[in-house]
Amino acid sequence: MSNEIAILGAGMHPWGKWGHNFVEYGVAAAREALADAGVPWRDIRFVSGGATVRCGYPGYVAGATFAQALGWQGAEVNTSYAACASGSQALAAARNKILSGECEVALVVGADTTPKGFLAPAGGYRPEDPDWVRFYLGITNPTYFALYARRRMDVYGDTLEDFAAVKVKNSRVGSKNPRARYRKCFSAEDVAASAMVADPLRLMDICATSDGGAALVVSSLDYAKRMGKKHAPRVSAISTVTPTFASGVIEMPDIATDSAAAEGVEAIAYRSKIPLKAYEEAGIGPEDIDLAEVYDLSTALELDWIEDLQLAPRGEAAALLRAGDTALGGSIPVNVSGGLACFGEAVPAQALAQVCELTWQLRGEAGDRQVDGAKVGITANQGLFGHGSSVIVKA
Amino acid sequence: MSGKPQTPAIDGWHTMASSPHLIGTRCRSCGTYSFPKQAHYCRNPDCEGTEFEELELSRTGHIWSYTNACYKPPEPYVAAEPFVPYAIAAVQLEKEEMVILGQVVEGVTVEQLKVGMPVELVLEPLHETDDDIKVTWKWQPVAL
Repeated sequence: MSNEIAILGAGMHPWGKWGHNFVEYGVAAAREALADAGVPWRDIRFVSGGATVRCGYPGYVAGATFAQALGWQGAEVNTSYAACASGSQALAAARNKILSGECEVALVVGADTTPKGFLAPAGGYRPEDPDWVRFYLGITNPTYFALYARRRMDVYGDTLEDFAAVKVKNSRVGSKNPRARYRKCFSAEDVAASAMVADPLRLMDICATSDGGAALVVSSLDYAKRMGKKHAPRVSAISTVTPTFASGVIEMPDIATDSAAAEGVEAIAYRSKIPLKAYEEAGIGPEDIDLAEVYDLSTALELDWIEDLQLAPRGEAAALLRAGDTALGGSIPVNVSGGLACFGEAVPAQALAQVCELTWQLRGEAGDRQVDGAKVGITANQGLFGHGSSVIVKA
Repeated sequence: MSGKPQTPAIDGWHTMASSPHLIGTRCRSCGTYSFPKQAHYCRNPDCEGTEFEELELSRTGHIWSYTNACYKPPEPYVAAEPFVPYAIAAVQLEKEEMVILGQVVEGVTVEQLKVGMPVELVLEPLHETDDDIKVTWKWQPVAL
């Protein structure tokens, strides 16, 4: 298909709390991706960075920051901010540059250093900022995850044991991932013994924040062929659609949804719309998917995503989980990287890390985590301010 | 509590009456409600309305979902010492067809809440300053 690009290389700095500058993680990931691709740094004509807003000016201009750190060689740069979807937006910018013929090979990088504990807004008295308002009123990120989780329990009959089973599943496979931060296998008892944070979610149901970096080297299919890599995995679709009025689900950082009271307006859940464009663009459906990397900010949210990706009918993701279908070896493995449960969120790197995992899986290089015969993978994530993304990668 | 005056934690977001209401707006062109108030443009993509009437939103609704805060949120939240966990509800307003978040009144725990439970809006202290007591809207289960 004409809108595909090749993934020549993938690289990651292991996730953790290393206490270094984010640039170090980005450069390490970039060098690994370049080496993996076999592309000399000087051949890269476009550097697309995911912005990290917590690191001041070098983070706001991530594309230039990484290009300079790798040594200025004249490549054009771009910096994308799209919250949790920043990496996908940076990838989309690289794809546009390649498909337009302006460049043949590009480097996409995201890296972050995150603070301990709750992510918090800027200070002052700023009622015009919804992020400030909700924190002032005592509403943190886990509040939203917990509201969705409780909804699942009440509407679909999901249980605390189901949520714990997601953590157990992801920790088991994540323990085999050398790039993951948390590599211990947790039991349902461990989850149940962890502190309640936002009922019904306990500490071990909620993902941490981490330092980390991820990078991809992407190119035109023509360039890949000339490199002798015509069988490299391809990005077949990138969706970064925004919500459609009226929002049907309360979303971080808002204190209220839109009103659907006007004539002709209906409430629409954003999350379920994100993958639709990806499926359409790739010309495939959920039945074609071999594995998925989804944004498990909470254990319960992984179940929401499975339904949003239409890998299970609405309300039936827990049944899939209980049958073992979403585990490694199941019919539709979800988060075989270990997911956010094992990584912790490094915002501008995370969407790229999802694509890195798909790349290794589709090449058959995922070792103990390998999904047998994986040919098509999908990612999904959603963050603040109407940002979300879904990427489809084909072998 | 002291004899300090009660003032809204966020100015202009709710009335201070004994049966308080949140203050929102309604687009004069398409009828879309907004909370917080919308002053310049309508969120409806099919509406170019620029005039909004300020109005009191329904002060009753039903719980869409609920949770609690077991840990002290970061600033700008002002927490009492020691921190006392509180419940939180997302409440569906029928007429406005929207969901609004808020704390649940003191003393009510998640074990007492259910999805679909009717609630009404009340005012309760959020925190105290040297000069006044900052109050905000909270949801009170009607049957409790």
